[in-house]
Amino acid sequence: MSQNEFQLSRRGVIAAGTVGVAATALPAEAATPPLQDRAMTPTMPVTLKVNGRTSRLDLDTRTTLLDALREHWKLTGTKKGCDHGQCGACTVLVDGRRINSCLTLAVMHDGDEITTIEGLGKPDDLHPMQAAFIKHDGYQCGYCTPGQICSAVAVLDEIKRGVPSHVQADITAGASPTAVEMRERMSGNICRCGAYSNIIDAMSEVAGTKA
Amino acid sequence: MKAFTYERAESPAAAAAAVAARPGAKFIAGGTNLLDLMKLQIEEPVHLVDVNRLALDKIEPTPDGGLRIGALVRNTDLAADERVRRDYGVLTRAIVAGASGQLRNKATTAGNLLQRTRCPYFYDTNQPCNKRKPGSGCAAIGGYSRQLGIIGTSDACIATYPGDMAVAMRVLDATVETVQPSGSTRHIPIADFHRVWGDTPHIDTNLQPGELITAVTLPKPVGGTHIYHKVRDRASYAYALVSVAAILQRDGSGHVAIGGIAPKPWRVEAAEAALPQGAKAVATRLLAGARPRPDNAFKVPLVERTLAAVIAQAKDAA
Repeated sequence: MSQNEFQLSRRGVIAAGTVGVAATALPAEAATPPLQDRAMTPTMPVTLKVNGRTSRLDLDTRTTLLDALREHWKLTGTKKGCDHGQCGACTVLVDGRRINSCLTLAVMHDGDEITTIEGLGKPDDLHPMQAAFIKHDGYQCGYCTPGQICSAVAVLDEIKRGVPSHVQADITAGASPTAVEMRERMSGNICRCGAYSNIIDAMSEVAGTKA
Repeated sequence: MKAFTYERAESPAAAAAAVAARPGAKFIAGGTNLLDLMKLQIEEPVHLVDVNRLALDKIEPTPDGGLRIGALVRNTDLAADERVRRDYGVLTRAIVAGASGQLRNKATTAGNLLQRTRCPYFYDTNQPCNKRKPGSGCAAIGGYSRQLGIIGTSDACIATYPGDMAVAMRVLDATVETVQPSGSTRHIPIADFHRVWGDTPHIDTNLQPGELITAVTLPKPVGGTHIYHKVRDRASYAYALVSVAAILQRDGSGHVAIGGIAPKPWRVEAAEAALPQGAKAVATRLLAGARPRPDNAFKVPLVERTLAAVIAQAKDAA
């Protein structure tokens, strides 16, 4: 079985399972909200430029940027971990800066440029950070990896731009991509498999330093 | 999350008027705390006024030699500003000691001041909490109170103000500038911004309904050694158990404020006169009237020891 077939069949099983639970657990009328409630759910048009492609959708105002990317733009590379800004799995780049996409509303980003893991590189044309994560085995289960990689790319940029950090002895000076600096700056990305040391190795390679 | 309507504000005064006009309306800027609370249905605004596109994102010098920080300046940008790093180092230090890189990129200066407590009983909607639901009681009193307040608390609430940035702003004597729904403006000293909430812990600050923060101003730099020492359970990305913001001068005088122990950044100006006598003398005055609980009684000696570490660090630096 090719990797694609496996992914499709796994999704199919999960989708079928979800439908099955819904059908047995809820009476028919509860599964469909009354029309008048649905009509009252406010929506707004949102235009996003995601990985270089601009498109516009009408979204429920409650839709987070994370859910917009995953459920509406169908870019499921960005992961939902805690959905509360604690784990970093949802990290994406907005106008070049890393944020937790779970803690912001899509409507707040009308017109913004978003880069997700899918936009950093392609399987046959990897971003150097993606290639380094593979080379250094910077993951085990892989769930936190898209967020780790987006964050890692932004961290090296932040160091280059001179953004200060908690571990700098002299905050009036610039920072360099040492292991201590990168660890501190990556603390918003949790990896429960514990691939941290390999992640620092990967980042060090891209930064051109020794971990 | 409960459904809400949404608009983008055209001006600060229009934003204030829009929120004042709709009971249950709220401003949204970075959203990193508000959306977290909305997902848990602790906050349930019916209408959001997005202030992100207002031109409040500049850091500018003031005529009297200070700095005026726009309400929408992101935490990362405030910490990275060359003038802040050089003249108000305690502020940069406090900001980079808080949250994560992703959150600091989004969180704003005004929103950081307005973040709500991280008391676990405030977050657990199955528990009574006078801050979340006035009159329902306080599960933290008699509960597990290790993280919670030791001073300025009340029989209604023992939560703490959780932030770092405001502790530095307190020691810097910052002023919060606001606009009212009527369009008139107000200047609130940071000392009077957060409340010691007594029996009304659901009201965190002295802002009026609809009042919008437009800027925070810092007075002329006072020199000295700037230190922010945060004691926490992890080396990074954790709230303070105790934090000390300090500006200490060569002659031993200075200013100190404490985070993690009270409903607001805790500063007692009269205690600062005791700085030349050392940490114990300062801590005794700072914590007069403290009411620690068995789980958080450790914070009393921890304040003194953190102050001692800060005073020693300043001597080394001088």
